[in-house]
Amino acid sequence: MFKAKVIIKRRPSILDPQGKAVEKGAQHLGLSNIRDTRIGKFIEFTVDTTDESAARSEVDEYCRKLLANLIMEDYEFTLEKYS
Amino acid sequence: MSAKFGVVVFPGSNCDHDAYHVLTNINGFSVNFLWHKQTDLKNSDMIILPGGFSYGDYLRTGSIARFSPIMNSVIEFAEKGGIVLGICNGFQILLEAGLLPGVMLKNKSLQFVCKDVYLSIENSNTVFTKLFENQKVIKVPIAHGEGNYFTDEETLNRLEKNNQIVFKYSDADGCINNEANPNGSLSNIAGIINEKGNVLGMMPHPERCSDPVLGKTDGNFLFQSINKFLLN
Repeated sequence: MFKAKVIIKRRPSILDPQGKAVEKGAQHLGLSNIRDTRIGKFIEFTVDTTDESAARSEVDEYCRKLLANLIMEDYEFTLEKYS
Repeated sequence: MSAKFGVVVFPGSNCDHDAYHVLTNINGFSVNFLWHKQTDLKNSDMIILPGGFSYGDYLRTGSIARFSPIMNSVIEFAEKGGIVLGICNGFQILLEAGLLPGVMLKNKSLQFVCKDVYLSIENSNTVFTKLFENQKVIKVPIAHGEGNYFTDEETLNRLEKNNQIVFKYSDADGCINNEANPNGSLSNIAGIINEKGNVLGMMPHPERCSDPVLGKTDGNFLFQSINKFLLN
């Protein structure tokens, strides 16, 4: 069994109005050094196999076909043994 | 006599009955609901993916509905040239399914926008818009949080070159500008068609302006155009 942790980020070329709006909050908090806030997604799940390369390719397909939309998002993930 | 319309029902669809009502009660067309777990399109001559919040809009709008069993049949139908119309969430599903290019981002304002807008008819030479021939601008309601159409420059150029942009947000005089853009959509895009001309996606709701009792009927030309085409 493996634990997968996926991070999905908007591509740099895609505007992130949500990040901009949240950053306004930082300014109101008086956090004057905060810049370039971008909001993404963190997704974790387990993969029920002992074969690491099979797990890796299944997670990759899950990311490519469903979790991320590659027109606007990039993804990266880590896998670790889990019991 | 009418063509057979099929309206897909996903968990979270909420404009399915509006579409059904307009097709049967207003136009007298024959129509079937198609449950998303089925794969049978019931011999429909055309398919409507209605508006709503399929699968709660989780992950990304339309991203989960795109993998409903019926979508395999819809994709196959579209690839064979079958007529498919996606309205609002239905448009988002068509984008996720790859039947139309691009993505929907959150509205620039971050607000859900629900109001009447004007659309400039950019292409009335389609199965869906033939009967708009004599109209330059129509008034149709929108209701969405993610309608900010985006695609890369190359795709946008292709859409423009092939006349695939069917509707653009405009003012009442047909002037296309930033003030008339309700959601930040690239090039004021409100609706696009695929290259073959059989799949249309649009964010505005024609089914909400087809019943005279609601005060405006501009949307109904769209359903009548489709029916007319299918009967010919």
